[in-house]
Amino acid sequence: MNFERIREKLNILADAAKYDVSCSSSGSKRKNTTKGLGDSSGMGICHSYTEDGRCISLLKILLTNHCIFDCAYCVSRKSNDIKRAGFKIQEVVDLTINFYRRNYIEGLFLSSGIFSSPDYTMERLIAVAKKLRLEENFNGYIHLKSIPGCSDELMREAGLYADRLSINIEIPTVSGLKLLAPEKDHKDFIKPIEKVKNEIIQYQADKKLIKNTPVYAPAGQSTQMIVGATGESDKDIMYSAVHYYSTYKMKRVYYSGYVPVLHDERLPALGTEVPMLRENRLYQTDWLLRFYGFDVRELLNNQHPNLDIDIDPKLSWALRNMNLFPVDVNKADKRMLARIPGLGMLSVNKILNARKYRRLNWENLKAIGIAMNRAKYFIVCDSKDWEHKDLEPAHIKSMILQSSQSKYQKMYNKQLRLFN
Amino acid sequence: MKTQKLKYDGTFEGLLTAIFTVYEERLSSAHIIEERFFEPDFFSELITVFTDENKASRVWEGLKSFQQFRTSVYRSFLSGLPDKEVHILDAIQYVLKTKNDKDYGHPSVLKMAQITKQIGREKHRMEAFVRFKRTKDDIYVAIIEPDFNVLPLIAKHFKNRYADQQFVIYDRSRSYGIFYDLNSVQFIELDFNDTVLKEALHDEEKHYDEMWQDYFISTGIKSRINKKLHLRNVPKRYWKYLNEKKPL
Ligand code: SF4
Repeated sequence: MNFERIREKLNILADAAKYDVSCSSSGSKRKNTTKGLGDSSGMGICHSYTEDGRCISLLKILLTNHCIFDCAYCVSRKSNDIKRAGFKIQEVVDLTINFYRRNYIEGLFLSSGIFSSPDYTMERLIAVAKKLRLEENFNGYIHLKSIPGCSDELMREAGLYADRLSINIEIPTVSGLKLLAPEKDHKDFIKPIEKVKNEIIQYQADKKLIKNTPVYAPAGQSTQMIVGATGESDKDIMYSAVHYYSTYKMKRVYYSGYVPVLHDERLPALGTEVPMLRENRLYQTDWLLRFYGFDVRELLNNQHPNLDIDIDPKLSWALRNMNLFPVDVNKADKRMLARIPGLGMLSVNKILNARKYRRLNWENLKAIGIAMNRAKYFIVCDSKDWEHKDLEPAHIKSMILQSSQSKYQKMYNKQLRLFN
Repeated sequence: MKTQKLKYDGTFEGLLTAIFTVYEERLSSAHIIEERFFEPDFFSELITVFTDENKASRVWEGLKSFQQFRTSVYRSFLSGLPDKEVHILDAIQYVLKTKNDKDYGHPSVLKMAQITKQIGREKHRMEAFVRFKRTKDDIYVAIIEPDFNVLPLIAKHFKNRYADQQFVIYDRSRSYGIFYDLNSVQFIELDFNDTVLKEALHDEEKHYDEMWQDYFISTGIKSRINKKLHLRNVPKRYWKYLNEKKPL
């Protein structure tokens, strides 16, 4: 093998793939039952972290960065003057296997620029996955990109070898897509998503009847949206996320703060700061929707089309709904406990468990490790003092902001300056 | 009243036997201690515990209905912390008496839950941070120096994952390792020598090592760099054996 050449390709094609933020390797139940290589039945492991703090769990590369399209937001766009390269199928297989055997990765995340046609491109991606599964007896995680506009037959085949399939919507509004990727049709994105969704439903139905139905994309589908490229509101983004979660049963929606990579009048200028805080608030909102029982309309609506940047979305919601507080931690149901600012689900469960044995007071809460700096304004317990009963929402907010050395404070000030 | 010091051999079965003894002899102020940390004194009575599998398993069976707590007992033992026996005994007595195995209001139950969490974190980190190097005779070798004695906890994970590959994971701070020979995992003791290992490496090893380091750099986004977060994710004490973090 010519390692020098492969190394060069790896550098180009890993660099081009890094703007896809998904790195999840969980949700598959593929066990190593064949005494082969790999097992993805667990939680998915981050084997390392990038210096920007993201999990590295998959070898994330493009098969090639040659592309016939010219999407404004993408480094690989046709009109961008960059080095181009393409892997051979066997080269990707060898890299994956050798990285996996050294415990560097959980598996492969393979995407690609579109060369010649969507179907041709998709066929090559499938060929890599097929080789890994059938020839190498590989049970590690495989995430393949669905290529917009590719045929249903290929999407069917892809799901037989991949654990997850994803297609990046990138632009949450149809008008935004028209502006930035005029050659792409919204329908081309939806078609593969629809097909995969139906195959998954079919698989689940068949499996009940026939035990050895071949597994189809066990880790489901995901998508990604770019944040801050087209002037969309947080409401636009989250409402479309909810649409993908409910209509297409997506496992995950990712939000990726736009990183200006090239000059284009339609986009934020080069050097514009990446909206990382906003991205973080969107993830928090996503979390509240999926695990805390919130409805998106409670958090974002026409009165409130954008999330607060300085406080998290749960706190923001609570301050707007002070009539529901304080909550009695000894009595409230799980749903309401989960709505107390500053309490994660872990804390909620700790409280539920601990209050079986005794009525909880401030000391008990502290002893079981409940962080109180935000929660204390919103709860009462088995204790007479509750000092904050007469406070106005604005006052509470400023006390919280003062007392919490927010890890985002520094970043926030910096980004705020840019807004003024 | 005199305290009773129970000296045991440092094995898990030994500890359980000691706990059995506490019940059997109705000791009221027992203090269990590992042989190697034991120092005689005039104020306490010495009891030497002889490890007895039968007694050990009776204690273990007695905890059967508290699965999570049992895990916590084993992991607290593996933590190697000096006063682990105090908490384990105290918590077992409390749990057997009250059946409240999840009452984190009790100091020892809480302490053990905390230790269990810490050691669990270390287990996960080791499953992530082990880096194998391939040798000429096709054995994949990794060296680790974890804070706690986690090899017994991670063996199964690696055996499942690398069912078709021979490997050794060697704990340098505790001077022992595990070896998987395509059939089962064995504990091995050996002297590990860096130069010998270097010479034994497969010709391709260097290339994959370099490509992984390259990949680590390519996949980061410079305009989003966050050193503090990075250090929390990958604490410096693990860098020594992470090839992508080779300190210069
Ligand atoms: S089709 Fe994909 S790879 Fe090609 S320019 Fe558009 S986003 Fe980039």
